[in-house]
Amino acid sequence: MKVPLRLSVNGEEFELVVPHHRTLLEVLREDLGLTGTKHGCELGECGACTVLVDGLPYLSCLTLAVEVEENEISTVEGLADGPALHPLQEAFQELGAAQCGYCTSGMLLSAKRLLDVTPSPRRAEIAQGLAGNLCRCTGYIKILDAVQLAADRSTGGGR
Amino acid sequence: MSTAERARAGTDLGLRVVGADLPRVDAAGKITGQTLFADDINLPRMLYGKILGSHRPHARIVGIDTSATENLPGVLAVITGRDLPITYGILPVTQDEQALESERVRFVGDPIAAVAAVDEATAEEAIRMIDVEYEDLPAVSSLDEALAPSEEEARIHTYAENGNVHRSVSLAFGPVEEGFRQADHIREDVFFYQGSTHLPMEEHCAVADHSPDGKLTLWSSTQVPHYLHRTLAKVLELPLSRVRVIATPVGGGFGGKTDPFPHEIVAAKLSMLTGRPVKITLTREEVFLAHRGRHPVLMWFRTGVREDGRITALHCRTFLDGGAYGSYGLATLYYTGALQTVTYDVPAYRFEGLRFFSNKPPCGPKRGHGTPQPRFGLEIHLDKIAEDLGISPVDIRRRWAVKERSRTVNWLRITSCGLVECIDRVVEASGFGDKRGRLPFGRGVGFACSSYLSGAGLPIYWNDMPHTSVRIEVDRGGGVTALCGQIDVGQGSDTVLATTVSEILGLAPGDIRLVTGDTDLTPVDLGSYSSRVTFMMGNAAIEAATRVRRTLLEAAALKLGVAAGDLRMEGGRIECGGTSLSFAEAVQCAEATGGPVTATGSYTPPDLAGPFKGSGVGPSPAYSYTACVIDVDVDPETGIVLPRKVWVAHDVGRAINPRLVQGQIEGSVYMGLGEALMEEQVFRERLHRGPSMLEYKSPTVIEMPQVESILVETLDPEGPFGAKEAGQGPLLPVPPALCNAVHDAVGIRIDEIPLTPEKILKALDRKAKGEEPRVGPAGVPEAPFREPTWVDPPPEAPTLEPASVWKEG
Repeated sequence: MKVPLRLSVNGEEFELVVPHHRTLLEVLREDLGLTGTKHGCELGECGACTVLVDGLPYLSCLTLAVEVEENEISTVEGLADGPALHPLQEAFQELGAAQCGYCTSGMLLSAKRLLDVTPSPRRAEIAQGLAGNLCRCTGYIKILDAVQLAADRSTGGGR
Repeated sequence: MSTAERARAGTDLGLRVVGADLPRVDAAGKITGQTLFADDINLPRMLYGKILGSHRPHARIVGIDTSATENLPGVLAVITGRDLPITYGILPVTQDEQALESERVRFVGDPIAAVAAVDEATAEEAIRMIDVEYEDLPAVSSLDEALAPSEEEARIHTYAENGNVHRSVSLAFGPVEEGFRQADHIREDVFFYQGSTHLPMEEHCAVADHSPDGKLTLWSSTQVPHYLHRTLAKVLELPLSRVRVIATPVGGGFGGKTDPFPHEIVAAKLSMLTGRPVKITLTREEVFLAHRGRHPVLMWFRTGVREDGRITALHCRTFLDGGAYGSYGLATLYYTGALQTVTYDVPAYRFEGLRFFSNKPPCGPKRGHGTPQPRFGLEIHLDKIAEDLGISPVDIRRRWAVKERSRTVNWLRITSCGLVECIDRVVEASGFGDKRGRLPFGRGVGFACSSYLSGAGLPIYWNDMPHTSVRIEVDRGGGVTALCGQIDVGQGSDTVLATTVSEILGLAPGDIRLVTGDTDLTPVDLGSYSSRVTFMMGNAAIEAATRVRRTLLEAAALKLGVAAGDLRMEGGRIECGGTSLSFAEAVQCAEATGGPVTATGSYTPPDLAGPFKGSGVGPSPAYSYTACVIDVDVDPETGIVLPRKVWVAHDVGRAINPRLVQGQIEGSVYMGLGEALMEEQVFRERLHRGPSMLEYKSPTVIEMPQVESILVETLDPEGPFGAKEAGQGPLLPVPPALCNAVHDAVGIRIDEIPLTPEKILKALDRKAKGEEPRVGPAGVPEAPFREPTWVDPPPEAPTLEPASVWKEG
């Protein structure tokens, strides 16, 4: 059965008609063409599909699109402010925190949530904030470094 | 000396971008979500394909009834093995796969039939409606079963050498028996290295588009577009010139996307039949079953040493569980014997190995390809020998480290070798000497070394063409495009290409446009495997860029009325004294006289094979070297092993981009720890025990220790700017260093991985009872190895004579 759906993604309003069981991941990638959000398992195990729903990390593969009609959804495509990269994106770029880049979108959004609530995190807090996102390339080291660098820059200094 | 020669030697060139910590050239797309991976491609009228996998581990296919599926609304095509009868396989000698098996299935998940439908849900429903009638055959899942006499119907492949033994190897180099006779001490050990899978974050995906003019385009997350191109043409019976393969950026490969796969062939066939584009994306479960991962290897080592630790003879046996198909397995088998000799002097060496078939997903190449397993055994074995002799584990390796510009007993040519420097620097940085044997119970340090290829010396199919080529095209605006068949799998090969070209042309890496991995547009590169791309493509890029540089300098010299040799090319300008041209103006001058500015360069490794059958596996134009120390906590109550810190010193020849090299080291340490601590591709009654990312445990950020990377630069004489590999070698010493650290921490020997808490507790329990404090395989079976092929070593190889004795200083 198809149902009408209103979604607000990265500040843009969309009106669609989709099967009621369609996941947010499918709607983002296949109906809205926002392929920056990735999938690695579609079972909620890898974190690649992480998006923010009202600022909270959600696994979009386990979220039905109809569940989040009232909420503001942020994806990697909405992270930069126009041409200006988000400090996390800048740090990921600078330090080589993206290798194959497939986990990067989810990592960036989990990291954004972390810095939104913990602007000056300790290393262990960064790790905790990213523990639900798997990466097979980097050993996580450059990702931790990049989040730290973005935090330091955003708060105007290191710890 | 030419610029290319100087560039290779890395001397007096005043390198500007080579050696700098610059961002990856492909970073922008990856941090903004704009990079298009294969599954991000959506074409108009695109259909979705699904493949039905076998439900039986080993069975004859009696019948396949697709009638119900064919009538399902939304299904546009249904195919079985009858539609794709031609067999293929990555190695020319093992063409044993059918994209859809038509007569026999060999593992649970082996593809049988496929559909194309208007959406994924319909396609899934459709394959569930296919009715397959099986006649079960005896199944094999272990070495003992494979070695047992088997009836003809239990043979997984009739081409196997003997029963279910796919192939055995028996080689001997130098005076093995004499070496053992001259030994002061002989030790034997047995080890087991469990199989693991690549677990790339990106599930494999292929999109095929066969157009009415008879041209087929396939986008795929593949590490080997060239070999895939050849396979598609063969299986689909199309001319190579009608098939175009475009490798999309690979979302993690590690060797797992290095075979041609059924879904790639099936997507193409379905597109040919329907006249519409077809996409097939594997589910995570299907990725586990596609596998081609680390071979589980049981191994036996026997080594003779003098009292100062010098090896007099080494004898090694390996037993590889290959799974259901050949894949790269013959190469893997040889690799389990090839590189034992490239780290320490070995004057006599004997290797026997066999690979057997089993009814499990096929094994293949994973990061380190066949070498992490014997390296694991050898490095723990040496640790035990050092203990027997009362020598430090550092000294036994350092004293007899191979020398640069030498040859091993099995004919491998060593050019540069920074092993001693790696050892010294990692020992110093980690404080290994002060820590070993002196830390409190429950904490310890372990040490290990390794070496790896910078590219295989031979291509996968015999041909005498270059292994890689680069074409550079320069437009009137000064824009430079570098084209190469290589594909970035995350390792940074795009950045190496752009950095190399821009270095020679006095530009910045970001100035270079890249076209890669497209068989219609780019010259062939054999693929992103065997740590070959930086070394080989780098050399080809230097050659092409040097030719462009010469053309531009000559044109500029003519225009400016100066000698070409006096000109400098830097910062987008070509200048001499006070007079100069912009890069673009020089291009225009060159184009006015000689037409569009374009040049090619290519690279073929020197002929390095030794004079014996099987010598094609092992030779490489250069070997990287690594030394590693791990500091670990072992909780004797829970058996939990927590690495605190890992130090790695890696001889990379020259770091073209040090930050990216560090990233490769960190990723290798991570993957090595994953294999050593938790990752297992294992089966229960021939069913995968947990084909999901939750059940297949891999380290999260929480489990990852600190890593200190030390880059050792030996400037290899044949590497581009002196560079060697960094993507695979640093994984190798990690599992044995960890086991050696556990021994230092709690006095037990775990001779197999993964190092689960259960095994730790079992060994501690044995220790408490006064039994041998060890967990590991009891022995290896009597195997029917034939008499070895005796090979005379090269004259430069280490010898037993003179009976050299190590002296301090």
